[in-house]
Amino acid sequence: MTQATMDQPAAPENGDGELTTADGTPLAVSLRRSHAQARRRAFFLVLPLLAFLLITFLAPIATMMTRSVQNYEVADYLPHTTEAIDGWDGTGIPDEAVFAAMAEDVRIGAENRTIGRVAARINREIPGVRSQMMGTARHIDEMTPPWKEAFIAEDEGWANPEFWRLVKRETRTLTPIYYLLSFDFEYDSHGSIVERPEEYQVYRLMFVRTAWMSLLITTLCIVLGYPVAYMLANLPLRYSNLLMILVLLPFWTSLLVRTSAWIVLLQQQGVVNDTLVWLGIIADDGRMRMIYNQIGTIVAMTHILLPFMILPLYSVMKTIPKSYMRAARSMGASPLRGFVSVYMPLTVPGLAAGVLLVFILAIGYYITPALVGGDTGIFISNMIARSMQGSTAELKLALALSTILLVAVLIFYWLFNKLVGVDRLKFG
Amino acid sequence: MSESGQVGASVAFDGVQKSYDGKTLVVRDLNLEIEPGEFVTMLGPSGSGKTTVLMMLAGFEPVTHGEIRLDGNPINALPPEKRGIGMVFQNYALFPHMTVQENLAFPLKVRHMGREDIAKRVQRALEMVEMPEFGSRRPGQLSGGQQQRVAVARALVFEPNLVLMDEPLGALDKQLREQMQYEIKRIHENLGVTVVYVTHDQTEALTMSDRVAVFKDGIIQQLSTPSDLYEHPQNSFVAQFIGENNKLSGKVTEVSGETCRVDLDNGGSVTAAAINVEGKGARTTLSLRPERIELDPAEDCPNVLDGKIDELIYLGDHIRVRMSVAGNDEFIVKVPNRSGSLDLSEGTTTRVGWRTDDCRALDPVDLA
Repeated sequence: MTQATMDQPAAPENGDGELTTADGTPLAVSLRRSHAQARRRAFFLVLPLLAFLLITFLAPIATMMTRSVQNYEVADYLPHTTEAIDGWDGTGIPDEAVFAAMAEDVRIGAENRTIGRVAARINREIPGVRSQMMGTARHIDEMTPPWKEAFIAEDEGWANPEFWRLVKRETRTLTPIYYLLSFDFEYDSHGSIVERPEEYQVYRLMFVRTAWMSLLITTLCIVLGYPVAYMLANLPLRYSNLLMILVLLPFWTSLLVRTSAWIVLLQQQGVVNDTLVWLGIIADDGRMRMIYNQIGTIVAMTHILLPFMILPLYSVMKTIPKSYMRAARSMGASPLRGFVSVYMPLTVPGLAAGVLLVFILAIGYYITPALVGGDTGIFISNMIARSMQGSTAELKLALALSTILLVAVLIFYWLFNKLVGVDRLKFG
Repeated sequence: MSESGQVGASVAFDGVQKSYDGKTLVVRDLNLEIEPGEFVTMLGPSGSGKTTVLMMLAGFEPVTHGEIRLDGNPINALPPEKRGIGMVFQNYALFPHMTVQENLAFPLKVRHMGREDIAKRVQRALEMVEMPEFGSRRPGQLSGGQQQRVAVARALVFEPNLVLMDEPLGALDKQLREQMQYEIKRIHENLGVTVVYVTHDQTEALTMSDRVAVFKDGIIQQLSTPSDLYEHPQNSFVAQFIGENNKLSGKVTEVSGETCRVDLDNGGSVTAAAINVEGKGARTTLSLRPERIELDPAEDCPNVLDGKIDELIYLGDHIRVRMSVAGNDEFIVKVPNRSGSLDLSEGTTTRVGWRTDDCRALDPVDLA
């Protein structure tokens, strides 16, 4: 045998001890180059999708997040005041210089018909400001300096320190106000952050409700879906195919149809109540309210999200050989013991995937709570949808709420990844 | 006597039948007694019912009819976990989410043993399979052979009196398989447990077992020691399934005591040991081991036929000669590679012969 064939095949080295190819290029460079074309081709293949995502997904989210903190009305439409009020210390009412700047802004605003927007913006927090500003704007040409006296003579509102403090605060172009509102906080007249009056508090409750109802729905999906997935994975093929169709059929049916079907079943004159009355379990005047409340949302959403739990579980269970349970039992474990300490840990990747899917879908669910949730069974997404149709300010509130929801989902995902490890998940 | 003082269990199958669909019997009528400490192998082609028998013994399949007794006690109604039978599965069934140690500790934990006792036994079991340093690995990090050892250790760690093995070496390559055969045999001899082993590999069955039960169509065709199975097959299936076999078919013309005269279909007449013939006039298939056939035999050889050499295959220690003899062109003769052996060449015609005892007249099979 010759020396050459005895040696391990190895690339020659250059002077620096670096491995090189036959023509002397470093091996690493050569390797990278040989893969470069494949990488380029792959990139061009995903380019359309990348562009699509950028335009329809990432850009809107970025816009949403920026607009939710933007506050340009006062700074844009009262530019002189914004500049002048900067030096004001915030006590009492500002001096003549600020009033003069305000007079200039009001005059320009009246000409350009933009003063109404500022008025509306401030009016939202101090009712009456709209008529104060619009009235002054109408007479601005007839007024003369000193502006402070003239303004106060025109409307008492100009002497309100609260108004000026608000204007000063609102000259900032970035505002956390919509996020404060999302958590039921607001600025008081002194500019400090306080809880809103109890009768206006709604969003915190909504977030909490959305979270616990989503958790409950996820739990119900586990409880109902786990045995079904187990049967799907372990029944003889004929039966499991039939069962699979039973699982998938609702999945393919329109969401609206399914939700309406639940209305038919659960309403007070519905099938379930009728049956219970007929069986004598409840009295005719004691019919249960099972829809247009939390029960309705929970029942309908559990039904709708069930396949998202069953399918990942099934795909994982399918791969667990029967011999594991048999081995456990041959070693003396009861069926329960074997299930808990051998089978269940092996289904964790599917279970975790199901939980992730169902919980994240549930937390942002809109259509079903809207249809069957009534007042007590609606989610934060329904509040967002409601706010979307309102004024600019309400739209911004909706954007803030959406951003909070998005961040909450991301935090949940991050936590989940820490606890379970997303790379271990099997979605199907 | 075993080193551990462990005693093997006795097993009895009494008229056991099994059907899955209520129409056909997978196991027809099984009567089998296994002695304490015996190594019994169930050998057969797939679908012969051997694995079903094992599953019934382990308790994973209910017995349709009949009784299985363990140390004399009926166990038909006993769930698997109460039988105390160790088992090695075809794909090892090591729990992937547990380390090797945890896998081995599982049967002990289930039995509520103390922590120290468990640790000691686990270590001892690992040493038994010569893997003391692998305790903290997970099964996925082990090679096939190592997984196999762990599976054996796990089946033995709780000191069962009976261990079942369901084709445990099927997934290993040939060399490793042979090594593991000796290893399992060694452990069996050291511990004295009863082992019931299922395989479709006849070499495995012959090298390891005290007795082998050859299965076909849910029936034990023959139950005897490995040498007896090879030397004295009782029917054509066993003769064909165990080892290599030459078949010649013909008709019995005369039976005298333990021998009979058979006229071959393609001419020629030979005498054979009458093992499984119905009597004069019945058809029979003769079974001949390739190494018992002599080329160019001495003049006093009782059975001599002419044959044409079709192919020579050089195998080192012996030469495999494929011949056409009495219409059978798959007639194999193994010629030992001795010095001064015959000068053979393809296409020539030569005489073949054998002793009457080495030619067994068995039940007729279709040689198509």
